Amino acid sequence: MEASLIVDNGATERTLNPYVTGTSVIGMKYKDGVIFAADTGGSYGSTLRYKSVERIKPIGKHSILGASGEISDFQEILRYLDELILNDNMWDDGNSLGPKEIHNYLTRVMYNRRNKFDPLFNSLVVGGVKNGQKYLGMVSMIGTHFEDNHVATGFGNHLARPLLRAEWREDLSFEEAVKLMEKCLLVLLYRDRSAINKFQIAKITEEGVTISQPYALKTNWGFSAFQNPSKGAEGSW
Amino acid sequence: MDLHLNAPYCMGTIVGVTYDDGVVLGADSRMTIGMLVANDSVSDKITQLTDKVYICRSGPAAVLEFVSDYVRNILDQQTIQFGQPATVKATANLVRLFSYKNTNAIQMGQMGMIVGGWDKYEGGQIFAVAQGGTILKLPYAIDGSGSSGIEGFLDRAWKEGMSKDKAEKLVVKAVSLAIASDAASGGAVRTVTINSDGVRKNCYPPDSLPLCDDKRRRTKTKKTTTTRTERRIDAPKP
Repeated sequence: MEASLIVDNGATERTLNPYVTGTSVIGMKYKDGVIFAADTGGSYGSTLRYKSVERIKPIGKHSILGASGEISDFQEILRYLDELILNDNMWDDGNSLGPKEIHNYLTRVMYNRRNKFDPLFNSLVVGGVKNGQKYLGMVSMIGTHFEDNHVATGFGNHLARPLLRAEWREDLSFEEAVKLMEKCLLVLLYRDRSAINKFQIAKITEEGVTISQPYALKTNWGFSAFQNPSKGAEGSW
Repeated sequence: MDLHLNAPYCMGTIVGVTYDDGVVLGADSRMTIGMLVANDSVSDKITQLTDKVYICRSGPAAVLEFVSDYVRNILDQQTIQFGQPATVKATANLVRLFSYKNTNAIQMGQMGMIVGGWDKYEGGQIFAVAQGGTILKLPYAIDGSGSSGIEGFLDRAWKEGMSKDKAEKLVVKAVSLAIASDAASGGAVRTVTINSDGVRKNCYPPDSLPLCDDKRRRTKTKKTTTTRTERRIDAPKP
């Protein structure tokens, strides 16, 4: 490519390319609160480069945030939220920002950046419990936002949400919710090329946040058809 | 054939590992302009930022030399203000800021850095600052064009709590393997070892590096491998 004297005006039009990206995050409400799951992979194009990236983080006392997309932008969002929570704490007025407020703040940030043609390349899932009220919402990189009983980003929208639409109930216990979550994660593991078999499950209840240590799911390869797939039709797969 | 001689100077392979007492950083010493090897010997890709924090630079040379000067300048001022050297984390964050804020600027190219060092709070730490500004604290990190070939090797070979010599040997082996398979990496392997006692630099010239060849034969019965007697074609006979 010719090196030409391009004078960068700055704010005209910037195509952003994501570099290190995370794949799907799934979230759903259950009986006692909200549960999130995501793998711990950071892909660099088609290379599964980093395998210990935490993509779900607690925010303040009442919320958790999960992100897919560009990790550096997620890290920057965490810094913005850090400042937000810090300022909120400094008021020392007994009140604290809940998931609905965090969701709204993030929506404004994402939408305004998008209007400046300088988006943060993330799909965010934010959820939590405050004063007994469960909340779960999603914000995309262009500022589209909504609340629902279950949300997902990226591939999760296509693979996980149909499962959740069929099997989600308001009164899922934690164990049932984890099982349903693992069912979705397994499908994503099979069908999403950027997924790695190392997941974290995060839950938030009125009591607080717990983020599990990364663990792997058991995949099933015991189908007899897998042993000799070309049987009866040599040359095919 | 287009030699891409208008491309920016680019850099090869960098490695950083933690061991029980500190960190070892390593890099090759090749600088390329497109297909031309601009320099194979005098470049030092491991640059000092503060007393005990160094940065390994991989990517367009001019940009990265500027980054290290700029960050070092800020850290010098910070050291005067606080009366003590900056922590590894603070240094890495400054590097991250530069990378993140300038990702979209022209002529940035593939920029990957590893910030490694020792401070009295957290001991030896390695921070990878990837393309785009993602910062990750890792037990070991690699970057540069030659790094993709040694991902598997390092995943296998790095162990928790290695001794300093083992760690340094690991780094040298890793960079040698990268040099063997990446055209943009070559020359000498430089290492910088940082721990509570201080900083030690080493240079391993090209002919002292372990030979990494696809024709190596190693059988359990033979005591010596054929590679011991192989000689480089251009080396003078003893």
